[in-house]
Amino acid sequence: MIQHDVLIVGAGLAGMRCALEACKELDVAVLTKVYPSRSHSGAAQGGIAASLGNSEPDSWEEHMYDTVKGGDFLSDQDAVEEYVKAAPRIIYELEHMGCVFSRTPDGKIAQRSFGGHSKPRACFSADRTGHAILHALHEQLMKNAKSVKIYNEWYMHSLVVDGDRRCNGVVVSNIQTGEVEVIQAKAVVFCTGGYGRVYKFTSNAFASTADGVMAAFDVGIPLEDLEFVQFHPSGLYRQGILFSEAARGEGAYLLNGKGERFMEQYAPSRMELAPRDIVARAEQSEMDAGRGVNGENCIHLDLRHLGEARIMERLPQIRQLGIDFLGVDCIKECLPIQPTAHYSMGGIPTDKYSHVILDEKGTRMSGFFAAGECACVSVHGGNRLGTNSLLEATVFGERAGKSVLEYTVGIDYGDVNEGQEKARVLKKFEDIFQRDGSESYNDIRNEMKEIMMSHCGVFRDEEKLKVCIETLKGLQERFKNGRVTDKGKLFNTEIYEILELGNMLGISRLIANGALQRKESRGGHFRTDFPKRDDENFLHHSMTYDSPDGLVVKKKSVVITKYQPAERTY
Amino acid sequence: MATFRIKRFNPEKQPEPYFEEFQLDIQPGVTLLDCMNQIKWTLDGSFTYRMSCRSAICGSCAVKANGHALLACQRQAEHIVDNDETITLEPLGNMKPIKDLVVDFTPFWDKVNKIKPYLEPKEAPPEKERPQSQEEFLRIDDSSTCIMCGACYSDCNTLEVDENFLGPAALAKAQRFVGDSRDSQTFERVKELSEPGGIWDCTHCGECVERCPKPARPFDRIKEIMTVALEQGVHNNNGARHALSFFNSVKRSGNLNENRIPVESMGFFNISGLLSLLPIGLRMFFKGKVPPIIHHSIDEVDDVKRIFKELDQ
Repeated sequence: MIQHDVLIVGAGLAGMRCALEACKELDVAVLTKVYPSRSHSGAAQGGIAASLGNSEPDSWEEHMYDTVKGGDFLSDQDAVEEYVKAAPRIIYELEHMGCVFSRTPDGKIAQRSFGGHSKPRACFSADRTGHAILHALHEQLMKNAKSVKIYNEWYMHSLVVDGDRRCNGVVVSNIQTGEVEVIQAKAVVFCTGGYGRVYKFTSNAFASTADGVMAAFDVGIPLEDLEFVQFHPSGLYRQGILFSEAARGEGAYLLNGKGERFMEQYAPSRMELAPRDIVARAEQSEMDAGRGVNGENCIHLDLRHLGEARIMERLPQIRQLGIDFLGVDCIKECLPIQPTAHYSMGGIPTDKYSHVILDEKGTRMSGFFAAGECACVSVHGGNRLGTNSLLEATVFGERAGKSVLEYTVGIDYGDVNEGQEKARVLKKFEDIFQRDGSESYNDIRNEMKEIMMSHCGVFRDEEKLKVCIETLKGLQERFKNGRVTDKGKLFNTEIYEILELGNMLGISRLIANGALQRKESRGGHFRTDFPKRDDENFLHHSMTYDSPDGLVVKKKSVVITKYQPAERTY
Repeated sequence: MATFRIKRFNPEKQPEPYFEEFQLDIQPGVTLLDCMNQIKWTLDGSFTYRMSCRSAICGSCAVKANGHALLACQRQAEHIVDNDETITLEPLGNMKPIKDLVVDFTPFWDKVNKIKPYLEPKEAPPEKERPQSQEEFLRIDDSSTCIMCGACYSDCNTLEVDENFLGPAALAKAQRFVGDSRDSQTFERVKELSEPGGIWDCTHCGECVERCPKPARPFDRIKEIMTVALEQGVHNNNGARHALSFFNSVKRSGNLNENRIPVESMGFFNISGLLSLLPIGLRMFFKGKVPPIIHHSIDEVDDVKRIFKELDQ
């Protein structure tokens, strides 16, 4: 059996930042189903938030208020406070590691405006900030190769949990060889990212498939705030690929089919730089009212007035994306865009120390930690502000590393029944290989993505959500009767896609169920049948549990310290 | 209907690779990766390749299409299809195939590791950020766009004959630190990069620049390292001596002294190196290919000298 003091699943910003912290004293392994440099953190474009005040005076208090208001007052404010306070230090440390940042004329880290932030506080590296940080952290891991072992292209199947609900390891398999192994660890950290792939239009990578959150749910850990899914206002038309909010940060306009800057109707003070939930809803409303471009399901993003020089300096990579994927050069033409599923505010519940918690009272689970998009701390509440996610991944990745260092003192390995754990996963493989079904997994996946987009997307209501849940149940049944072509062990990507689809069907049902239970509109969750925020009944986090009688949603209170909920206008 | 001619390889089933054809309608606006997925999801689930972000930033899906490496997610399929309505897909070159279009990246990453791919700062960090001017940022801007997709490595002509060559990606990554105003190891880095397998083994064919899906353009970065190496006085190697000899010859006479360059490149006191030139020298002599023993300047050599003088200033 493979043994490591700490096993981190996922090698994006959170996973690698955690590894760098934990490897100071421990034997650390990082397991990723891709390669570290392929992680989806690298696709983040616009920036990472911190109140450095490099272009205008700024403070952590303002950053905190913007974050809490942006999250529609569902954020846990004790966590937000520590998070925004840590931000400047975290950015300077990244810079010290060698991360490449764009600079102000006097050589400081440059900062730009972003939706929902009242000050220009997005530190950036042109329009590839995630990529710059991801590679800087990867460089540091290569420097520390002696104390961090990286398992590239390994898949995590399940957590090994004992009777005392202590996590003692994970069951994994090597994608290249198909070999199943158990890795025993004193502490396991999940940094497994989001699950936007459940939607038809998404900015997410093929790898963002809910493996981590569902592995947690499968061992009885509740999941928090799943109904809050962020739709990014500028996905490239039909492709859903991200076109950074930095474009609007630099001054781009949103135009409807009539050529009007329609944000005036929805957020007159912040216009295009209102938070994402508001902008995405405004776009969808325009399109639903027949004011899309040429009556189609898209809106125009107009960058032309920014000029070639600024676009080439600040947004060169995404300009190229427009050319490559749509044949549109944003220097000369308007770019057709639409809302695209982008970020999961919900996930595995943790406290502000990145310890996974087991219930609404905050009972810690021994040996299990989570950070980044897969976790719900919750700093983002009902809606995340742009540039706050790279910050979350880095701050709480580091925090998880520190917590692991503290936790593992005097801790020994827990018991693992290797044979039994392996057998369970081998049986799962065998079950899929043995299915001689008639259903196409591709059809099931497409139908799931379609129904989630149309019935559990930007606008939701009870009727749609019920249809959605029933459809998903049907798909889960059909899933058991799927047809597999590749039955080999060697680099069998088909079997892993099937496992991922199973996870996605699972999380989809949980999202839809959460959305059905929350009879109000808040942040990224909008119910047309309950269009107002309802603090009296719903100012709480939702915790979804599995039970013999089906899904149960319980309330977890929101930590409110500095800022009382107020009406959210922009 | 387009034909996708795909090189299939699955050593679990048969030891030799073979080509298999799939017919697919190419819808307007779809990428090559979309087509590959369509084949995998509707025609043959065992078709194997890597992919993740589908927005040209993760570097997973580099493959060879019609003989050249590219990122499958970045390219419109209708732009790649050739005159016979065919797209031929093969795994990346210069790496060992594992299954279908999946290759073993181990040597690629080993070489990235070799160039010490991390900042070695000059001093303990200040309280805030280290300042960097816009100009200093621009020096590492292009190399830091590299996504490690391996397209350059695949089509590198030097690697095809010399597996010890570090390759364009690792060298572009090296420039990222050689050019970084915050790094303290510039001299040590260029010294190591001037060793065999390093910058001077590049044949300047420019293929890596053609294949790079980003502005990283490895050969341009290699030239930048060469410049720094020469500026830092790292001359004690064949490559640097060759470049300097070339430079001096043109400066002195307006053209190349082809007898002098190989000797100067080896170094006058490198006896074994000079002896190694003997066989090829003799073969050239017997074939009548030896350049004139007395080297003549071109007629307009004064113009050349004037150009060099102006450049110096």
